[in-house]
Amino acid sequence: MKPLLAIILAAMLTNNFVLSKFLGICPFLGVSKKVNTATGMSVAVIFVMVLATIVCYPINLLLVSKDMEYLQTIVFILVIAALVQLVEIVLKKYILSLYSALGIYLPLITTNCAVLGVVLLNISDGYNFVQSVVNSFGAGVGFMIAMLMFAGVRERLEAADIPETLKGLPITLISASLTAVSFLGFTGVVEGIFG
Amino acid sequence: MAEKKSLFKEFSKGIIKENPTLRLVLGTCPTLATTTSVESAIGMGIAATVVLICSNIVISALRKVIPSKVRIPAYVVVIASFVTIVQMLVKAFLPDLNNQLGVYLPLIVVNCIILGRAEAFASKNAVIASAADGLGMGVGFTAALFLMSTVREVLGAGSFYGMSIPVLSAHPMLIFILPPGGFFVFGLLIALSNKLATKKGKKPANLGGCKACPFVDSCNSANCENASKEEVAE
Repeated sequence: MKPLLAIILAAMLTNNFVLSKFLGICPFLGVSKKVNTATGMSVAVIFVMVLATIVCYPINLLLVSKDMEYLQTIVFILVIAALVQLVEIVLKKYILSLYSALGIYLPLITTNCAVLGVVLLNISDGYNFVQSVVNSFGAGVGFMIAMLMFAGVRERLEAADIPETLKGLPITLISASLTAVSFLGFTGVVEGIFG
Repeated sequence: MAEKKSLFKEFSKGIIKENPTLRLVLGTCPTLATTTSVESAIGMGIAATVVLICSNIVISALRKVIPSKVRIPAYVVVIASFVTIVQMLVKAFLPDLNNQLGVYLPLIVVNCIILGRAEAFASKNAVIASAADGLGMGVGFTAALFLMSTVREVLGAGSFYGMSIPVLSAHPMLIFILPPGGFFVFGLLIALSNKLATKKGKKPANLGGCKACPFVDSCNSANCENASKEEVAE
């Protein structure tokens, strides 16, 4: 069995969801203009990812036992969408302070490919329940690391003198590329420690 | 004749004027992830096109039946069904492509291009026009993926569609098929398309924020406004 620490480190650094798997690019580019909003979004993503994994794991066992694995995509996307709505309603009713911090970001997460992606990857990697939850948490934290690093870079970018053609989205993507280069440095680190 | 012309217009606008990848900047995840080789990029493009056409047709046919309150979940179910069908077909007949695309094949479900077209076009237009729109958007998406994967595969692996190119294959620049190369090439392509667009007097492409989100109506609009105001205030 893979050690849990190896799973969490791999999900955070070597297989970073945003910078090496390209999942969740929309919020990565869309809400990373300021460190504050980036933090809120990332916390919401971690929360929903872990919750979705906890809920989808038993549902997948049920699907497998009934030989209906082909329904995975449909079932999971609906479960995640319903779950996000439910979380939003519960937070609004009972924990208003958390709702005002995360509420804006929750609807955006429904169609975030990172959440569906982590659920599907847990299954294709054959993780058990604990491993799945740990992997989702690591992936969420990895998303947060990438978001915060990138938000820092973008705040600096505001003041930079950029050629007219590259202004806006192109320079954002090029700086994302440079941020991704820094994550290449982690290649082999986890295998080196635990291999 | 007039109808034919407008149908062609619906089809052709997706290819250049409103190219989903380079002008509307939708569906960035598969664009970056599956363009490491021309083969997987074309596979992804065709799979997404099939889903786009089929879901556009069905959603347009059902547009008067689906109550507007539950339309987004209804669209998602329709799209997810077609994605599952495509996934099963690819698994059965093209196992190599299935291995290359991996998790990105089921993730077509959350591709914003498809949900975006369902919401913006298929829910308001007739079946044939929606099919033409889906085909055009799909072709535009595939063309953008093809362009990007060509650059990445030629520079990064020294080959094109798996055939190695004599001089380049001796010194491939590996970085182009690694993740950073994806961001870099995409950034440069957007810069290029912006340059061409501004020459013709159009606005450069940008992330639309809340406005471009297909959930703009269904998500809490007060919150949504706050979010966009916040971004404007910066």
